[in-house]
Amino acid sequence: MNNTINFSEFFKVANIFSLAAVLLSVFFLFFKGLNYGVDFKGGTLLEIRIENTNIQIQEIRSSLNIPELGDVNVKQFGKEGDFLIKFEKNANENEKFISELKNIISKKIGSAVNFRRVESVGPKVSSELLKQGLTAIALALAAMLFYIWIRFEWQFSLGAIVALMHDVLITLGIFSILSFEVNLSIVAAVLTIVGYSMNDTVVIFDRIRENLLKFSKIKTNEITDISVNETLSRTVITSLTTLLALFSIFILGGEILKGFSFAMILGVIIGTYSSIFVASPVLNYFKVTQKTLLKDDDL
Amino acid sequence: MLSFTKIKVLSIYLILIITIFFASLNYKNNNLIDKKVNLGLDLQGGSYLLLEIDTKPLVNQKLQSKVIPIKKLLNKNKINFENFIISQSNISLTIDEKNKKKFENLFFKKNENTINNFIPEYNKFELNLEFNKNVTLIQFSNFGLVNLNNAALKQSIEIIRRRIDDVGTKEPTILQRGDKRILVELPGIDNPERIKELLGKTAQLTFRLVSKEDGFGSEKLILSENNEELTVSKRIVISGDNLIDAQPQFDNQSNQPLVRFNLDRLGSQKFGRITTENIGRRLAIVLDNFVISAPNIREAITGGVGTISGGFSFQEATDLALLLRSGALPAPINIVEERTVGPDLGKDSIDAGVFSLIIGFTLVVIFMFIKYKIFGLVSNISLIANLFMMLGILTLLEATLTLPGIAGIILTVGMAVDSNVLIYERIKEELKTEKSIIHAFDTGYNKAKITVIDANVTILIAALILFIFGSGPVKGFAVTLGIGIVTTLFSAYFIARHLTSVIVLNDKQGKYFKL
Repeated sequence: MNNTINFSEFFKVANIFSLAAVLLSVFFLFFKGLNYGVDFKGGTLLEIRIENTNIQIQEIRSSLNIPELGDVNVKQFGKEGDFLIKFEKNANENEKFISELKNIISKKIGSAVNFRRVESVGPKVSSELLKQGLTAIALALAAMLFYIWIRFEWQFSLGAIVALMHDVLITLGIFSILSFEVNLSIVAAVLTIVGYSMNDTVVIFDRIRENLLKFSKIKTNEITDISVNETLSRTVITSLTTLLALFSIFILGGEILKGFSFAMILGVIIGTYSSIFVASPVLNYFKVTQKTLLKDDDL
Repeated sequence: MLSFTKIKVLSIYLILIITIFFASLNYKNNNLIDKKVNLGLDLQGGSYLLLEIDTKPLVNQKLQSKVIPIKKLLNKNKINFENFIISQSNISLTIDEKNKKKFENLFFKKNENTINNFIPEYNKFELNLEFNKNVTLIQFSNFGLVNLNNAALKQSIEIIRRRIDDVGTKEPTILQRGDKRILVELPGIDNPERIKELLGKTAQLTFRLVSKEDGFGSEKLILSENNEELTVSKRIVISGDNLIDAQPQFDNQSNQPLVRFNLDRLGSQKFGRITTENIGRRLAIVLDNFVISAPNIREAITGGVGTISGGFSFQEATDLALLLRSGALPAPINIVEERTVGPDLGKDSIDAGVFSLIIGFTLVVIFMFIKYKIFGLVSNISLIANLFMMLGILTLLEATLTLPGIAGIILTVGMAVDSNVLIYERIKEELKTEKSIIHAFDTGYNKAKITVIDANVTILIAALILFIFGSGPVKGFAVTLGIGIVTTLFSAYFIARHLTSVIVLNDKQGKYFKL
């Protein structure tokens, strides 16, 4: 690739765009919130397969609309005849709750029902799981901050963390806007995104550091431009192969992995974008030069 | 970076062969090394239950048991007391100012203390004594509570294991989780309702006499059969602790299912005495505060063998016998989390997972070959080696493979080529300025090394945190992701580099290859 792109020319526009996207995401996260699954909200989830595929989702909905069951949510799940039913109630207090629930569903639907999956989480466990998930994400961010700080300079560390926050917030923001369910596997996806986005950023940072030491006269924004260009084909190829793998999970991996792979696809795209357009400009703003690197060596 | 000593090459491929050997153990049964990748419950089907013990009733129960010893001690030492009240979590009483010191000394006596146990592990007493103005307060110390809790949890695990084993489940896992919880995994069980019912019952069995009049020493309980309200004495004749065996049976005459039980020596003696003395009265058989049956005592039962009939079905009689055999749980248990996957969903997940792995793998392999030609081939060979090594290490560790775990493998396929991409792109750059091809490859590998390590450490950190905080299936993802990074580094820097060096050293002019 001989033709170089002046990335730094786009930095300003990109940063305004990113800032708007982050603010919009925060707005949605704050006012609309996330659609938590039973893992984090508590309740009961049943995945069922009905032999008689003529039964419509509306019929199931109306047949389960009885006061003793509380709030019920039914949705199609993959193939025809497969449904996901969610109840706000859980089996915490009554160990017979699920068998009673199964009886009611079988009776109301009137066709042979195969209960493929049952998940019931009590309120205490779900709030613990949520707390654990948030702690894990916070800890991952802190660990990355620390790793970059010891491997590079604090300016790099700051740039990396701004990019990571950007990725996590926008990914979750999109989940909020689309009302997609957030469960344990989404937390796993977010953590992997943190790792992946960091991976992309580190590769560029490594090159920036190397070039800073090589050229002492060139301005910071030119150094970042050169470095981003030099690593660009790697950035694109790796994102492509990762996306190939992820799309194959998303399309062929079954319903359970849909949310997870969707979050990962978003994360890889946003993460690739942010390592070029968010992490690198931060170094420009702080006017990182050869001196910044050498100063530290004297200490 | 392109020169390899013979010993190095040998050890690289030896490691590869060993891991491939371990990977192959999954396909063939052998008796020598019994190692396999375990399938998670989400793939093989099964039930995961998280139980929590509720120790509140136990605290009260233990306090109740202290009442008589405390009163005895007070009377024996001529300490006057009044307003003796027992509440949910403490006992309060009023004693004279002059006796306080004396009581305190008796209360905290290390030897032969009938009321307050000394816990050597913590060097503390189980009960606390607090003198307020008029009221003396006795309650469990924090150490006492911890001790009580731990003992109850241990005993619960033991009893739960007995109950589950008795049902005949294959390879159940029963583990302590934290200080109040028990994790139960039941592979292959897609309808855990029966087990849940068995685990949900405390199964406190007591035999008590039905009394005629209400009073302080009796309570009202419901007879399950016909909802009749009975006044039952609080005094326990014998309890489930005295049982040594219980079996379901059919009654000879009525052909009704019943439970036949055997009592230990002490239980037999007591049972014999009480039944002799109370012929004609009703004896209530109480299970978890419900009266199962309350038959008339027609004759003295001295042999230590008796039956319980309560209009059961045979299944109910079998379950009751099982519960009685396994003993009572020290505290009630709640199911706070349940996840059950049916076997057909598990199979569907495996199929979908493996299918998407094959497609994802094929796409990446084709892409790499088109992009890098012969070196794409090298990268692809090292990718295959990578997959075998992952499987081999998973087998060696006998790790559990879950559906997210399979996703982790597919993701590794996508990201594993990154190391080779990084290196090849670097070499391409070097080739622009460097005339010697060998030299370009050498510096390429060298300069990319730090970047490759830095880049992989970040994902390893994420995997590690996921492993610590993740539960169940998600942990399986962390495992494959983490192992994937290690095998990726190995296959890129040893296998792919060696293959590359063979090509480059044999074709120094670069006639047959191009990056």
